[in-house]
Amino acid sequence: MTAVIELNEVSFTYTGQLVLEDIDLTVGDGEFLGLVGPNASGKSTLLKVILGLLRPTRGRVRVFGRPPSESRKAIGYVPQFATFRRDFPISVTDMVLLGRLGGGATRNLGGYRAADRRAAAEAMAEAQVFDVRTRPIGTLSGGQLQRALVARALVSNPRLLILDEPTANIDVMAEEDIFGLFRRLNERMTIVVVSHDVGFITKYVHRVACLNRTLVCHQTGAITGEVIEQLYGMPVRLIDHGHQSGVHPG
Amino acid sequence: MDFFDAVASQEFLRYALVAGILASIGCGVIGSFVVVKRIGYLAGGIAHAVLGGMGIAYFLGRDPILGALVAALIAAVIVGWISRQGQQHVDTIISALWAVGMAIGILFISKTPGYNVDLLSFLFGNILMVAPSDLWLIGMLDVIVVAAVFLFYRQFLAVTFDEEFALLRGIPVGFFDLLLLAMVAITVVTVIRVVGLILVIALLTLPAAIAGQYVGSVGRIMALATLLGAAFTVGGLALSYGPDLPAGPTIIVLAGLVYLVSTAFHFVRRQRRMRRLVRREASRSSAGS
Repeated sequence: MTAVIELNEVSFTYTGQLVLEDIDLTVGDGEFLGLVGPNASGKSTLLKVILGLLRPTRGRVRVFGRPPSESRKAIGYVPQFATFRRDFPISVTDMVLLGRLGGGATRNLGGYRAADRRAAAEAMAEAQVFDVRTRPIGTLSGGQLQRALVARALVSNPRLLILDEPTANIDVMAEEDIFGLFRRLNERMTIVVVSHDVGFITKYVHRVACLNRTLVCHQTGAITGEVIEQLYGMPVRLIDHGHQSGVHPG
Repeated sequence: MDFFDAVASQEFLRYALVAGILASIGCGVIGSFVVVKRIGYLAGGIAHAVLGGMGIAYFLGRDPILGALVAALIAAVIVGWISRQGQQHVDTIISALWAVGMAIGILFISKTPGYNVDLLSFLFGNILMVAPSDLWLIGMLDVIVVAAVFLFYRQFLAVTFDEEFALLRGIPVGFFDLLLLAMVAITVVTVIRVVGLILVIALLTLPAAIAGQYVGSVGRIMALATLLGAAFTVGGLALSYGPDLPAGPTIIVLAGLVYLVSTAFHFVRRQRRMRRLVRREASRSSAGS
């Protein structure tokens, strides 16, 4: 199995505070990794380091064997909602098409080509937002917007998909749906998903990495109450959401 | 209908009309980005700092509009650079640029020998004094702005909508941010003749803000804002002609009134739609149970 992401002794300090400490993590090709941890545990920071938006204070980051900023074209990123305004005047199609920019998928000057529109239509169909493609993003439900963001990430044919809290703003039904979609996508790409919902994502991912400034646990099996206690620093009751088991062999 | 008779017979009124319509094109296109990117304050800083360049050019006996163009571009670079540093005092620095630019302009104008009749026309415009050479300049600047947006519409949209995503797609965000501000600077200069630098911001933002209440894409906002801007300048000019009011302020008051009415209408319409949605949800859930 070749490595898609390699972190070696990565630390990140922000205004004198150690946000990430000594992280070693390797994500293999075709893996579906869940990254969990409490609020302010450094999950989003770690994603930004992997995306090359932040430089680690120490350590080495490689994505597809190269520095992250050189591998961005192969990465599809689905941010939390916070990075743009929901009332921005843009339709689902136009937002998805923006994912074609950069990386040589489309020409740099002027408008889109037929191939761009075809790729957008395919990505929207796959993420099941084709029916709402003409709607302004402000009129979508949380689940629909999340799927539209997935379509925007898919439209550039990434080999690695990174998602930051994809279920933070949607209800449990939509959550199951969207993880079903991720599992299908995982058949052709590596996926890293950040979540605060430990109990839920263990049903879907191959492997869970638990982060609280440093990697606390790192395992393939089910998460036990003991591990969560270690992670959150207090006893937490594991609630079985009653979803069907979706753990794949790694 | 004596305004239209006057347009038919008076050359200067025809120039004024053309200037107003040309200025509306730049304002509609660039103003749309200013509104959706919410950088009205940055645009205001650029517009006011321009007086510094106008005053210096006036003092040196050069065309103040060229001084305005140079000053606007310099101000755009400063504003763009400061806002990209991510400092906490961006607003303070822009306020300083805004006021110091104006102060420099007034100092130079006051030291220029002769009768300082031009100060008011710099500040509030003098559309009736537009000469054919101004029309050529405004037209050329329009061509630059429209060409830039035509070529890079998608990149401008990407950095305006979601800067982080644009960066991850490998779009040079800093460059396009600066290019957009440079286009704002050029647009400001096209409008100075029409409504003056103090009122520029209104013509830059109000048509686009109104348009944004009715259409759902930046491209359509541009088209509608351009039409609205043309309607305001032509309408304001016509309204000001009979009672001999200054044209610039009449245009702005007209635009402001329409914005007010449109916003009230938009608010009521949205409330109604929300109520309808809530009702539909309620009836659906009762039917489902």
